[in-house]
Amino acid sequence: MSTSFTPVVAGSALPSDAPAPATAKSVPQLGGTPNPSAAALQARFPTAVRSIGVVWGETTVIVDRGELLEVVQWLHDDASQRYDFLSDVTAVEFRDLELPIEVVWHLRSLPYRRFLRLKVLLEKGSPLEVPSVWSVYKAADWLERECYDMFGIRFTGHPDLRRLLMWEQYREGYPLRKDFPLRGRFSRSEQLRQALAANPEARYSKEELSIAQAFEDLPDDMRRRLSAGEKTGE
Amino acid sequence: MATKRTVEVELSTTGLDSQGRPQRVPLMVDDGGSPVALEAPPAIEPDLAGDHMLINIGPQHPATHGVLRLVLELDGETVVRCIPHIGYLHCGFEKSGEYRQYNQIIPYTDREDYLNSPGNNVAFALGAERLFGIEITERCKVLRVILCELSRIISHLVWLGTTCIDIGAFTPFLWSFEKREKIYELFEAWIGARLTTTFTRVGGMGADIPDGWLVGLRGFLTDFPKTIDEIDRVVTRNGIWVGRTIGLGVMSPEEAVNHGLSGPMVRASGVAYDVRKDFPYLDYETYDFDVPVGTNGDVYDRYLVRMEELRQSVRILEQAAARLPEGPINVKDHRVILPPKSKATSDMESMIHHFKQVMEGPRPPLGEAYVAVESPKGEKGYYMVSDGTSKPVRWRIRPPAFVNLSAISKMVEGHLLSDVIAINASIDIVMGEIDR
Repeated sequence: MSTSFTPVVAGSALPSDAPAPATAKSVPQLGGTPNPSAAALQARFPTAVRSIGVVWGETTVIVDRGELLEVVQWLHDDASQRYDFLSDVTAVEFRDLELPIEVVWHLRSLPYRRFLRLKVLLEKGSPLEVPSVWSVYKAADWLERECYDMFGIRFTGHPDLRRLLMWEQYREGYPLRKDFPLRGRFSRSEQLRQALAANPEARYSKEELSIAQAFEDLPDDMRRRLSAGEKTGE
Repeated sequence: MATKRTVEVELSTTGLDSQGRPQRVPLMVDDGGSPVALEAPPAIEPDLAGDHMLINIGPQHPATHGVLRLVLELDGETVVRCIPHIGYLHCGFEKSGEYRQYNQIIPYTDREDYLNSPGNNVAFALGAERLFGIEITERCKVLRVILCELSRIISHLVWLGTTCIDIGAFTPFLWSFEKREKIYELFEAWIGARLTTTFTRVGGMGADIPDGWLVGLRGFLTDFPKTIDEIDRVVTRNGIWVGRTIGLGVMSPEEAVNHGLSGPMVRASGVAYDVRKDFPYLDYETYDFDVPVGTNGDVYDRYLVRMEELRQSVRILEQAAARLPEGPINVKDHRVILPPKSKATSDMESMIHHFKQVMEGPRPPLGEAYVAVESPKGEKGYYMVSDGTSKPVRWRIRPPAFVNLSAISKMVEGHLLSDVIAINASIDIVMGEIDR
């Protein structure tokens, strides 16, 4: 064990007389103290920030889709912000289908002990596409894939945007969308038929089959079907 | 002197020539036909460099701790690439939650990270209470801390036992599962259930502790550190354990934070980030406990961090048992907490509250809340969005093990196949939580 080791401590960028973190007490529903990063963000990106709101003590900044990546990159890099931890990426669709779909990023600044929620609103009818923040946070890899899997939101710039929880040949759509029925889009018999018709050998992706020329070891009919363009997956 | 002649014989075992045929070698025999000298020819090894192998682990494999599937590309025994597949246990909890009232969602939280059921109940209740704007009572807070820390001990003990088995030690598994059983007995006495507790309600708890329960808790707290010490003595300086864990799956502090690791994973990399300390809830800032951090970020440090967290949890539990205040466990507001059954059948107002709550469910105002707690696996967040009805528009789990597991490709690359098992074990995955 090296003796020169210094741990990275959350809250290290705060002044020494800053109050110690404490459990939030009697948080108002609206109009709490906004996170100072929101004002800094508005000053730095006046065109990108559409609105700032505080709900239950959490600051939400709605930003423009086009400038999202620059905003996140600045929040990550700037010495006065240092949002180095991506907690979550998810989306919200409301029961009122006229309302836009919201893509939500939860960011934490460990050195400053701040929490910020970023949102991008995707109007119904517009393409469901937002920039990927994978180039800034590697944590976004699976979080964005899951969001794509569940909502069909495409994260442009993600290196490997595939379905994650559902299998690759899943055809019923995007389960967490509000127009998706709770029991699935297909009938029970159709779901069963598809499950039985699935080829159990087709468990490897094309990329995986390229390892050690595993494609060559497959049975003839399997190779024929794969060459004809049949997709593999889980 | 005997004359020598040369005959050629076929030796199939010595190797192949450049055309791939069995090599023929000159064999010296004397006149009588018996060999006089036999020099083995240089064997030509087939060139295996660059000849990679495809290995599939799981989804039905005891060392993947659930239905995780890893497709590995191996160069010899070294992992070149790891492609994880998840989703075999996907149940759609989040989708189902959109069709349930808030209190009806709590059973789902048991079943995602099923080693930490009470902790998940508490986390969900905290999120819903933020959304409802409820301040819970002091006694409820302390009881919830006791639940959280007991379930942290359970989760770490299961991790310890199963990881020891993965790496080849059987005895610590028995010791840790015996102590886990003791906690389940405490749960059974208080809650009635052992694994799927469903014990918190929005605004309170299912029941107060029974008489004498704290005596049982204190008995456990005096007993348990001995078990930690025993396991410590057997495992920490064990040559096999050290040899199979040190230097594996190293994540630097910057990488760990950038990959979103949390809990013991990020602390083993030397980042002192603990939700209980940095974004406290349930008055954790008033408890005296330390956050252990590792120095190297390898599997061994993750083990050390979890061992120390067991001791710190005991400290917190001792303080919580000592300070447990008297008072009600539920808030007074009968719009969220059911009135007592006796009043519901005799008092008009209580009957209306009872009826409205059971048939419609409590309604939070418009809004959204993301509440994170420190689960044994890391930062567990519940994100809820309300549109003013009694059912959430969106209920999202931020699963810590999911984000931790997403870094496995990076962690196993360059290590041996047998190390994949140790690294995978060190992440402490629960597939119920990852697939949800």
